[in-house]
Amino acid sequence: MNDISTFVGPVIDWLAISPLLALLAGALVLLLVGSLTGQWPWRLYAHLAALSAVVAIFVSVRLWDDVDTNGARLLIGGALALDQFALLGTIAICLAIVLVSYLTSDYLHREGVDMPEIYALYLTAGIGALVMIASNDLVVLFLGLETLSLSLYLLAASNRQQVSSQEAGLKYFILGGFASAFFLYGVALVYGVTGSTRLINLNTALASFIPVPRNDAVLLIGIGMILIGFAFKVSLVPFQAWTPDVYQGAPTPTTAFMASVGKIAALVALVRVFVVAFPSRSDDWGAIILVLSALTLVVGSVVAVVQTNIKRMLAYSSISHAGFILVGLEAASHRASPNVDDGLIGVAVYVVLYAAMVVGTFGVVSVVTNDQANSDASGSTSLDSFKGLAKNQPMLGLAMTVLLLAQAGMPLTSGFVAKFGVIQAAVSVGSYELAVIAMVCAVIAAFVYLRIMVNMWLADRTDTATVVVPTLSRISIGVAVVITLVVGFLPSLVLNLGSNLAELASR
Amino acid sequence: MIGASTEVLAFPILSSLVILPLLSSIVVALLGRTRAEWTKLAALTSSVTTGALSLWLLGAFKSGDAGFQFVSNQPWISQWGISWHLGVDGISLFLVVLTGILFPLVIVGIDPHHNETSYFAWMLLLQAGVMGSFMALDLFLFFVMFEIVLVPMYFLIGGWGYDQRVYAATKFFLYTMAGSAFMLVGIIATVSLARRDLGYVTFDVIKIAEGATFSTNAARWLFVSFAIAFAVKVPLFPVHTWLPDAHTQAPTGGSVILAGVLLKMGTYGFLRFGVYLFPQAAMWARPVLYTLAVIGVIYGAIAATMQRDLKRLVAYSSVAHLGFIVLGTFALSSQAVTGAVVQMVNHGVSTGALFLLVGMIYERRHTREISELRGIQHVAPVFAAIFTVVMLSSVGLPGLNGFVGEFLILIGSFESARWWTIIATVGVVLAALYLLWAYQRVFHGEPDEANSSFKEINIKEGMLMSVFVAIIVFTGVYPKPVLERIEPSVNSFIEHVESRTK
Repeated sequence: MNDISTFVGPVIDWLAISPLLALLAGALVLLLVGSLTGQWPWRLYAHLAALSAVVAIFVSVRLWDDVDTNGARLLIGGALALDQFALLGTIAICLAIVLVSYLTSDYLHREGVDMPEIYALYLTAGIGALVMIASNDLVVLFLGLETLSLSLYLLAASNRQQVSSQEAGLKYFILGGFASAFFLYGVALVYGVTGSTRLINLNTALASFIPVPRNDAVLLIGIGMILIGFAFKVSLVPFQAWTPDVYQGAPTPTTAFMASVGKIAALVALVRVFVVAFPSRSDDWGAIILVLSALTLVVGSVVAVVQTNIKRMLAYSSISHAGFILVGLEAASHRASPNVDDGLIGVAVYVVLYAAMVVGTFGVVSVVTNDQANSDASGSTSLDSFKGLAKNQPMLGLAMTVLLLAQAGMPLTSGFVAKFGVIQAAVSVGSYELAVIAMVCAVIAAFVYLRIMVNMWLADRTDTATVVVPTLSRISIGVAVVITLVVGFLPSLVLNLGSNLAELASR
Repeated sequence: MIGASTEVLAFPILSSLVILPLLSSIVVALLGRTRAEWTKLAALTSSVTTGALSLWLLGAFKSGDAGFQFVSNQPWISQWGISWHLGVDGISLFLVVLTGILFPLVIVGIDPHHNETSYFAWMLLLQAGVMGSFMALDLFLFFVMFEIVLVPMYFLIGGWGYDQRVYAATKFFLYTMAGSAFMLVGIIATVSLARRDLGYVTFDVIKIAEGATFSTNAARWLFVSFAIAFAVKVPLFPVHTWLPDAHTQAPTGGSVILAGVLLKMGTYGFLRFGVYLFPQAAMWARPVLYTLAVIGVIYGAIAATMQRDLKRLVAYSSVAHLGFIVLGTFALSSQAVTGAVVQMVNHGVSTGALFLLVGMIYERRHTREISELRGIQHVAPVFAAIFTVVMLSSVGLPGLNGFVGEFLILIGSFESARWWTIIATVGVVLAALYLLWAYQRVFHGEPDEANSSFKEINIKEGMLMSVFVAIIVFTGVYPKPVLERIEPSVNSFIEHVESRTK
């Protein structure tokens, strides 16, 4: 009778969700205190945002050891998962937040406005991303997705003086809304078939599920729609059309944020959902992932070749990176193989290393190009703005070269370690075709990076003589380069992490 | 057969051959910011030390021993079974020594004209990569070295080359990288298939070759994946088209290194990895490779005959020579493989020297057009004499080094690849044709106005060339010390192949 009094709230392990809380605290302070006080001196907005992300990283590292000793587990009544797969993603996302905050600070100072909102949005987007990668429930995942996406729409449009930024925001908003709707409809269909949205329940329900023909169709349509939702967010071909426009129109540090945090969150969540909830249907989605991956790789790298705007080039290159990461997911769909977990590890390692690479690369772009100078579509961020960079700014040129070589997957950079991981996963489960396609596309993509390097090293121009590298950007780019090289020379540092990575809490 | 020698040396000479140039390259790059005048000295010291170390290696190498010597084996990425595993045997010894000698000569002898610091830094990085490729006994390490070589070479061609340099550099980079893309997949597949036999993951090429057996079909696919990478690097017809561009546009130093050692990474790779790991598949693929090699010999020779640009002529002659080497490699008889190994070194010496001489001509006349040059013999007889020796070595005149290798290859291949060998022999005649004809046009006749001021070879250039001439003559007259170091390793290599293909 007295149902209400017997309701027991879920036990909350506050420590385990403290990375989220750290970001939340930072966002709240920035928004509340920031709006009540005047302009903060000494770049404090950026430092505060970075500080909360660094705290989150430290807590994550502690939690990592905790998981090592006590094993992976579920939090808040099974809504979130605490496992190393999520923690590695958390570290990658928080690292990206730190680096991007510093880039943004310099960017905003150059534009003459420094405001707390941007940093607060980074942190709220980060919260959404952390929820997404740890979520063990499709509805919780959707909450995280929307928190992330709404922040990103605003960030894309955050340059109020720039028409292209407004356009990017609106375009992203409309297409992102569509994607979310697809995703939600998919969740509804899956719920209709199984009666649950918990990933782990989905798995048990589907494993013992005797497919009645029509029911199975509903389930598969549901899974397909969830995949479409993700594919929009990750920008897989053929759902990639928004990416180049939005990446180009958004302020460059924001682009770095979208390419790192937005992509990592969606990819990690995608992998978790499909590996945890739908392993019993892996024959169905594995084939689709194979096709999506191949298409994404080919279109991303080939179309990148003909671009003349550096941000569009990097947008397509980020599309092709997503294809690479999917190679790992495809490997994880081969459940019969004993090496199926290599795919998961490959994906986790790839996203972390990719985050550092891509933020560093866009960091250099942000320093070198000037969104403001020329508001027409391709003016100031054209490839030409890199001409002669290595002669006028040797260190910056060298840093960019290292980052580009890493993106191309040259040995002794982290990019090679990342690519090697997923290719190794694909080969060990027998997906030779996909591995070959991926490697050939890496060569095509290398042409893109070579074009940028040619402009930096081999072209004579003095335009870049005026490029100055502010201190905070210098730190950001430096950290990215150091990570890229150290991991390149000593891959063991990252691979040592790997042993428990594939133990997802919800499996 | 080729078991790693267990000897532990106090001084890790092989590792230092890789690490010294690598560190020097970083030092040079850093020096350039403050003390630009010291960079050449630093580069020189480093490369001369490396050269001396490689000569010491040659002296300390035990000539009767077939196995790997001076082995250095440290775990590197233990999770993936990857180790820093270096070793030299008779097959790689002379390539390592050649790399050790060629770089200091190039660094001393050729002036980059601008941006010295970065030029030397790239050169030293290149040396580290090439050294590593020739000594690596771990597939992963080999791939890393094989691939990293592209970056410095790309910048050397692109930064210090001639008019079409960016095009040539990009073409070089993409061709080679496309080849290695297949090899990377092949390497990973090899390792993951070998794991079933070995029970553990290892990239160690000896363990895989000795311990793992692949199904016929798998071995063929794997061999093809390796062969694509090496065929591009060699280069074999029809993927050779990057070579003439890269050679012609590269600065002289780049061309010398490219012809001298870089191309050998392909032929060496065929031996050390392609054939060693998959002997049966190599047997199966022989007819195709013979055919491509012989097409290379004939096509390279004909194309060389028709070139108007002296450097392009030498580049095409490389295609022809490397065809011979591939023919010998796949004949898989003791003589032919020994010949192929000898010829790898010989080609490095004589073609490297030819590129140097062509570079000197360009420095003086600012043209490489054969039709612009005439009668140089009259104004620069010593230069002409050196050119003659080097050219005749390239033609394969008995008494000079080129003859030893070509002769062994042709004799050794006659058994297993009779008709191909007969056609390839035509290539020897053609080589005489295009080189002598070019010589005649450039050096004979009366010098016109522009050529009459052609400067005679100076002391520095003369000393540089005398090293090459000495090697050419010594190997030609007295090849025994070279052969007796190569043969034991080749013999045990052939035994391995035969035991696997029966």
